[in-house]
Amino acid sequence: MATNLPAPTEQAEDIDLVLRQVLADVLGLSAERIAALDSDSGLFGDLPELDSMAVAGLLTELEDRLDIIIDDEDVDGEMLETFGGLLAFLQAKRADG
Amino acid sequence: MLTGLWPTPSGSDEYVIGFDAGRAPRVLVVRALFDEGSKLRHFTVETMRRLDAAGVDSFLPDLPGTNESLLPLEQQTLDGWRAAMRAAANHFGATHVLAIRGGALVAPGHLPNIHYAPASGASLLRAMLRAQVIAAREAGEAQSREDLLERGRSEGLRLAGYNLGPDMVAELEQASPGESDAVEIAQGDVGGGGLWLRAEPAHDPVQADRIAELAMGHLR
Repeated sequence: MATNLPAPTEQAEDIDLVLRQVLADVLGLSAERIAALDSDSGLFGDLPELDSMAVAGLLTELEDRLDIIIDDEDVDGEMLETFGGLLAFLQAKRADG
Repeated sequence: MLTGLWPTPSGSDEYVIGFDAGRAPRVLVVRALFDEGSKLRHFTVETMRRLDAAGVDSFLPDLPGTNESLLPLEQQTLDGWRAAMRAAANHFGATHVLAIRGGALVAPGHLPNIHYAPASGASLLRAMLRAQVIAAREAGEAQSREDLLERGRSEGLRLAGYNLGPDMVAELEQASPGESDAVEIAQGDVGGGGLWLRAEPAHDPVQADRIAELAMGHLR
Protein backbone atom coordinates (compact mmCIF):
# COMPACT_ATOMS: atom_id res chain seq x y z
CA MET A 1 0.00 0.00 0.00
CA ALA A 2 1.35 3.45 -0.87
CA THR A 3 1.99 5.77 2.01
CA ASN A 4 2.07 9.55 1.99
CA LEU A 5 3.52 9.94 5.46
CA PRO A 6 6.38 12.43 5.69
CA ALA A 7 9.14 9.85 5.75
CA PRO A 8 12.15 11.32 7.62
CA THR A 9 10.57 12.27 10.95
CA GLU A 10 8.20 9.29 11.00
CA GLN A 11 11.13 7.00 10.36
CA ALA A 12 13.19 8.46 13.20
CA GLU A 13 10.26 7.83 15.55
CA ASP A 14 9.85 4.31 14.18
CA ILE A 15 13.48 3.49 14.90
CA ASP A 16 13.13 4.84 18.43
CA LEU A 17 10.09 2.61 18.91
CA VAL A 18 11.78 -0.50 17.48
CA LEU A 19 14.83 0.06 19.69
CA ARG A 20 12.67 0.40 22.82
CA GLN A 21 10.72 -2.72 21.85
CA VAL A 22 13.85 -4.81 21.26
CA LEU A 23 15.39 -3.59 24.53
CA ALA A 24 12.17 -4.56 26.30
CA ASP A 25 12.35 -8.03 24.75
CA VAL A 26 16.04 -8.51 25.59
CA LEU A 27 15.99 -7.05 29.11
CA GLY A 28 12.47 -8.03 30.10
CA LEU A 29 11.84 -4.50 31.37
CA SER A 30 8.41 -3.11 32.16
CA ALA A 31 6.73 -0.67 29.78
CA GLU A 32 7.30 2.11 32.35
CA ARG A 33 11.04 1.54 32.55
CA ILE A 34 11.31 1.28 28.77
CA ALA A 35 9.35 4.51 28.28
CA ALA A 36 11.64 6.23 30.80
CA LEU A 37 14.81 5.55 28.76
CA ASP A 38 16.29 8.80 27.47
CA SER A 39 19.38 9.52 25.40
CA ASP A 40 21.67 9.52 28.46
CA SER A 41 20.39 6.20 29.83
CA GLY A 42 23.32 3.80 30.14
CA LEU A 43 23.23 0.45 28.34
CA PHE A 44 26.32 -1.77 27.94
CA GLY A 45 28.40 -1.37 31.08
CA ASP A 46 25.49 -0.07 33.18
CA LEU A 47 23.23 -3.08 32.84
CA PRO A 48 25.02 -6.19 34.11
CA GLU A 49 22.62 -8.57 32.36
CA LEU A 50 23.64 -7.10 29.01
CA ASP A 51 26.58 -9.46 28.42
CA SER A 52 28.19 -10.23 25.06
CA MET A 53 25.62 -12.90 24.13
CA ALA A 54 22.74 -10.56 24.99
CA VAL A 55 24.30 -7.71 23.01
CA ALA A 56 24.77 -10.07 20.07
CA GLY A 57 21.10 -11.06 20.28
CA LEU A 58 20.10 -7.40 20.56
CA LEU A 59 22.07 -6.36 17.47
CA THR A 60 20.92 -9.37 15.44
CA GLU A 61 17.29 -8.64 16.28
CA LEU A 62 17.75 -4.94 15.38
CA GLU A 63 19.24 -6.00 12.03
CA ASP A 64 16.22 -8.19 11.30
CA ARG A 65 13.60 -5.65 12.37
CA LEU A 66 15.21 -2.61 10.75
CA ASP A 67 16.57 -4.42 7.69
CA ILE A 68 20.11 -3.16 8.21
CA ILE A 69 23.51 -4.86 8.46
CA ILE A 70 25.66 -4.02 11.46
CA ASP A 71 29.35 -4.74 10.80
CA ASP A 72 31.69 -5.95 13.54
CA GLU A 73 33.72 -2.75 13.09
CA ASP A 74 30.64 -0.64 13.93
CA VAL A 75 30.29 -2.23 17.35
CA ASP A 76 32.26 -0.34 19.95
CA GLY A 77 31.87 0.98 23.47
CA GLU A 78 30.61 4.37 22.35
CA MET A 79 27.87 2.97 20.13
CA LEU A 80 26.59 0.74 22.93
CA GLU A 81 27.19 3.06 25.87
CA THR A 82 23.88 4.92 25.94
CA PHE A 83 20.38 4.66 24.53
CA GLY A 84 20.97 7.91 22.59
CA GLY A 85 24.25 6.63 21.13
CA LEU A 86 22.71 3.41 19.88
CA LEU A 87 19.67 5.25 18.51
CA ALA A 88 21.86 7.74 16.62
CA PHE A 89 23.88 4.86 15.18
CA LEU A 90 20.74 3.06 13.98
CA GLN A 91 19.31 6.24 12.44
CA ALA A 92 22.55 6.87 10.56
CA LYS A 93 22.60 3.25 9.42
CA ARG A 94 19.06 3.46 8.10
CA ALA A 95 19.81 6.76 6.33
CA ASP A 96 22.81 5.11 4.60
CA GLY A 97 20.80 2.13 3.48
CA MET B 1 6.44 -35.65 35.89
CA LEU B 2 8.68 -38.54 34.92
CA THR B 3 12.44 -38.48 34.60
CA GLY B 4 14.49 -41.31 33.17
CA LEU B 5 16.87 -42.48 30.51
CA TRP B 6 16.41 -43.49 26.90
CA PRO B 7 18.82 -45.28 24.53
CA THR B 8 20.33 -43.34 21.61
CA PRO B 9 21.37 -44.98 18.30
CA SER B 10 25.04 -44.39 19.18
CA GLY B 11 24.72 -46.55 22.30
CA SER B 12 24.64 -43.88 25.02
CA ASP B 13 21.75 -43.43 27.45
CA GLU B 14 20.41 -39.91 27.66
CA TYR B 15 18.17 -38.12 30.17
CA VAL B 16 14.53 -37.30 29.55
CA ILE B 17 11.80 -35.52 31.46
CA GLY B 18 8.21 -35.89 30.47
CA PHE B 19 4.58 -36.46 31.33
CA ASP B 20 3.47 -40.00 30.52
CA ALA B 21 0.03 -41.27 31.46
CA GLY B 22 -0.33 -43.55 28.44
CA ARG B 23 -2.47 -40.96 26.65
CA ALA B 24 -2.64 -39.96 23.01
CA PRO B 25 -1.50 -37.71 21.45
CA ARG B 26 2.10 -38.15 22.59
CA VAL B 27 4.36 -35.23 21.77
CA LEU B 28 8.12 -35.35 21.34
CA VAL B 29 9.42 -31.91 22.34
CA VAL B 30 12.68 -30.97 20.61
CA ARG B 31 14.47 -28.29 22.61
CA ALA B 32 16.04 -25.12 21.26
CA LEU B 33 19.77 -25.32 20.56
CA PHE B 34 22.81 -24.03 22.44
CA ASP B 35 22.27 -21.00 24.71
CA GLU B 36 18.67 -20.65 23.55
CA GLY B 37 18.09 -24.18 24.83
CA SER B 38 19.26 -23.19 28.31
CA LYS B 39 17.33 -19.92 28.31
CA LEU B 40 14.10 -21.62 27.22
CA ARG B 41 14.33 -24.79 29.34
CA HIS B 42 12.07 -23.63 32.18
CA PHE B 43 9.62 -22.13 29.70
CA THR B 44 9.64 -25.36 27.65
CA VAL B 45 8.86 -27.51 30.69
CA GLU B 46 6.10 -25.08 31.74
CA THR B 47 4.57 -25.43 28.27
CA MET B 48 4.69 -29.23 28.71
CA ARG B 49 2.87 -28.89 32.06
CA ARG B 50 0.07 -27.14 30.22
CA LEU B 51 -0.09 -29.91 27.60
CA ASP B 52 -0.26 -32.40 30.48
CA ALA B 53 -3.13 -30.47 32.04
CA ALA B 54 -4.88 -30.57 28.66
CA GLY B 55 -4.55 -34.39 28.59
CA VAL B 56 -1.53 -34.75 26.32
CA ASP B 57 1.66 -36.73 27.06
CA SER B 58 4.98 -35.13 26.18
CA PHE B 59 8.68 -35.95 26.36
CA LEU B 60 11.73 -33.70 26.41
CA PRO B 61 14.85 -35.78 25.71
CA ASP B 62 18.35 -34.35 26.04
CA LEU B 63 20.19 -33.90 22.79
CA PRO B 64 23.40 -35.97 23.11
CA GLY B 65 26.20 -33.70 24.32
CA THR B 66 23.81 -31.23 26.03
CA ASN B 67 22.30 -30.78 29.50
CA GLU B 68 22.91 -34.00 31.54
CA SER B 69 24.61 -35.85 28.68
CA LEU B 70 28.05 -37.33 29.32
CA LEU B 71 29.06 -37.12 25.65
CA PRO B 72 31.35 -34.30 24.45
CA LEU B 73 29.41 -31.62 22.56
CA GLU B 74 32.24 -31.08 20.07
CA GLN B 75 31.65 -34.59 18.69
CA GLN B 76 27.94 -34.01 18.03
CA THR B 77 26.46 -33.16 14.64
CA LEU B 78 23.03 -32.04 13.47
CA ASP B 79 22.77 -35.36 11.61
CA GLY B 80 23.52 -37.23 14.82
CA TRP B 81 20.91 -35.18 16.72
CA ARG B 82 18.37 -35.89 13.98
CA ALA B 83 19.00 -39.63 14.32
CA ALA B 84 18.78 -39.35 18.12
CA MET B 85 15.45 -37.49 18.01
CA ARG B 86 14.04 -40.02 15.55
CA ALA B 87 15.09 -42.82 17.93
CA ALA B 88 13.53 -40.95 20.87
CA ALA B 89 10.28 -40.53 18.93
CA ASN B 90 10.18 -44.29 18.34
CA HIS B 91 11.19 -45.12 21.91
CA PHE B 92 8.42 -43.00 23.42
CA GLY B 93 5.83 -43.85 20.76
CA ALA B 94 5.44 -40.18 19.83
CA THR B 95 2.57 -39.22 17.52
CA HIS B 96 3.57 -35.56 17.05
CA VAL B 97 6.62 -33.31 17.33
CA LEU B 98 6.78 -29.86 18.92
CA ALA B 99 10.14 -28.30 17.98
CA ILE B 100 11.30 -25.04 19.51
CA ARG B 101 13.49 -22.54 17.58
CA GLY B 102 16.59 -24.41 16.29
CA GLY B 103 15.06 -27.69 17.43
CA ALA B 104 13.19 -27.58 14.12
CA LEU B 105 16.54 -28.32 12.42
CA VAL B 106 16.77 -31.76 14.04
CA ALA B 107 13.10 -32.70 14.45
CA PRO B 108 12.08 -36.11 13.06
CA GLY B 109 10.25 -35.49 9.78
CA HIS B 110 8.24 -38.74 9.72
CA LEU B 111 5.70 -37.40 12.25
CA PRO B 112 3.40 -34.35 12.04
CA ASN B 113 5.52 -31.39 13.16
CA ILE B 114 4.67 -28.15 14.95
CA HIS B 115 7.52 -25.61 14.88
CA TYR B 116 7.54 -22.71 17.35
CA ALA B 117 9.49 -19.72 15.96
CA PRO B 118 11.84 -21.94 13.90
CA ALA B 119 15.37 -20.57 13.46
CA SER B 120 17.88 -21.29 10.72
CA GLY B 121 21.31 -22.62 11.61
CA ALA B 122 22.87 -19.60 9.94
CA SER B 123 21.05 -17.15 12.22
CA LEU B 124 22.00 -19.10 15.38
CA LEU B 125 25.60 -19.20 14.21
CA ARG B 126 25.57 -15.48 13.35
CA ALA B 127 24.47 -14.51 16.88
CA MET B 128 27.06 -16.79 18.51
CA LEU B 129 29.88 -15.55 16.26
CA ARG B 130 28.94 -11.95 17.00
CA ALA B 131 28.90 -12.63 20.76
CA GLN B 132 32.39 -14.10 20.47
CA VAL B 133 33.66 -11.05 18.55
CA ILE B 134 32.17 -8.68 21.16
CA ALA B 135 33.59 -10.68 24.08
CA ALA B 136 37.03 -10.73 22.41
CA ARG B 137 36.88 -7.00 21.82
CA GLU B 138 36.08 -6.41 25.50
CA ALA B 139 39.22 -8.39 26.28
CA GLY B 140 41.17 -6.10 23.93
CA GLU B 141 41.46 -8.68 21.16
CA ALA B 142 40.46 -8.11 17.55
CA GLN B 143 38.62 -10.99 15.88
CA SER B 144 36.37 -11.07 12.85
CA ARG B 145 33.36 -13.27 12.21
CA GLU B 146 34.85 -14.33 8.87
CA ASP B 147 38.12 -15.53 10.42
CA LEU B 148 36.31 -17.31 13.23
CA LEU B 149 34.02 -19.05 10.78
CA GLU B 150 36.91 -20.17 8.63
CA ARG B 151 38.68 -21.61 11.65
CA GLY B 152 35.42 -23.23 12.77
CA ARG B 153 34.99 -25.02 9.47
CA SER B 154 38.47 -26.54 9.62
CA GLU B 155 39.08 -27.21 13.32
CA GLY B 156 35.87 -26.41 15.21
CA LEU B 157 35.21 -23.45 17.50
CA ARG B 158 34.22 -22.57 21.06
CA LEU B 159 31.34 -20.09 20.76
CA ALA B 160 29.42 -18.58 23.69
CA GLY B 161 30.80 -21.40 25.83
CA TYR B 162 29.72 -24.15 23.43
CA ASN B 163 32.33 -26.32 21.72
CA LEU B 164 31.23 -26.85 18.13
CA GLY B 165 33.06 -29.38 15.97
CA PRO B 166 33.89 -28.57 12.33
CA ASP B 167 31.02 -30.72 11.02
CA MET B 168 28.53 -28.95 13.31
CA VAL B 169 29.75 -25.53 12.11
CA ALA B 170 29.41 -26.56 8.46
CA GLU B 171 25.95 -28.08 9.03
CA LEU B 172 24.71 -24.98 10.88
CA GLU B 173 25.71 -22.75 7.97
CA GLN B 174 23.41 -24.73 5.68
CA ALA B 175 20.60 -25.92 7.97
CA SER B 176 17.19 -24.39 7.43
CA PRO B 177 13.83 -25.50 8.83
CA GLY B 178 12.21 -24.36 5.58
CA GLU B 179 11.43 -27.44 3.52
CA SER B 180 9.17 -29.40 5.89
CA ASP B 181 5.36 -29.62 6.01
CA ALA B 182 5.40 -28.37 9.59
CA VAL B 183 2.70 -26.16 11.06
CA GLU B 184 4.39 -22.99 12.29
CA ILE B 185 3.58 -21.05 15.45
CA ALA B 186 5.13 -17.62 14.92
CA GLN B 187 6.03 -15.30 17.80
CA GLY B 188 3.43 -12.88 16.48
CA ASP B 189 0.75 -15.55 17.09
CA VAL B 190 1.95 -15.92 20.68
CA GLY B 191 2.35 -12.23 21.50
CA GLY B 192 5.09 -10.52 23.50
CA GLY B 193 8.81 -10.79 22.85
CA GLY B 194 10.47 -14.14 22.16
CA LEU B 195 12.02 -15.36 25.42
CA TRP B 196 15.16 -16.56 23.60
CA LEU B 197 16.04 -12.87 23.18
CA ARG B 198 16.20 -12.34 26.93
CA ALA B 199 19.57 -11.71 28.48
CA GLU B 200 18.61 -14.05 31.35
CA PRO B 201 16.56 -17.27 31.29
CA ALA B 202 12.94 -16.26 31.74
CA HIS B 203 9.45 -17.71 31.90
CA ASP B 204 6.19 -16.13 30.80
CA PRO B 205 3.03 -17.98 31.88
CA VAL B 206 0.87 -16.11 29.34
CA GLN B 207 3.10 -17.14 26.44
CA ALA B 208 3.28 -20.76 27.68
CA ASP B 209 -0.55 -20.85 27.89
CA ARG B 210 -0.81 -19.52 24.38
CA ILE B 211 1.71 -21.93 22.81
CA ALA B 212 0.05 -24.91 24.50
CA GLU B 213 -3.35 -23.69 23.30
CA LEU B 214 -2.11 -23.21 19.71
CA ALA B 215 -0.33 -26.58 19.77
CA MET B 216 -3.49 -28.31 21.06
CA GLY B 217 -5.32 -26.98 18.02
CA HIS B 218 -2.96 -29.01 15.81
CA LEU B 219 -2.84 -32.18 17.90
CA ARG B 220 -6.39 -33.41 17.53
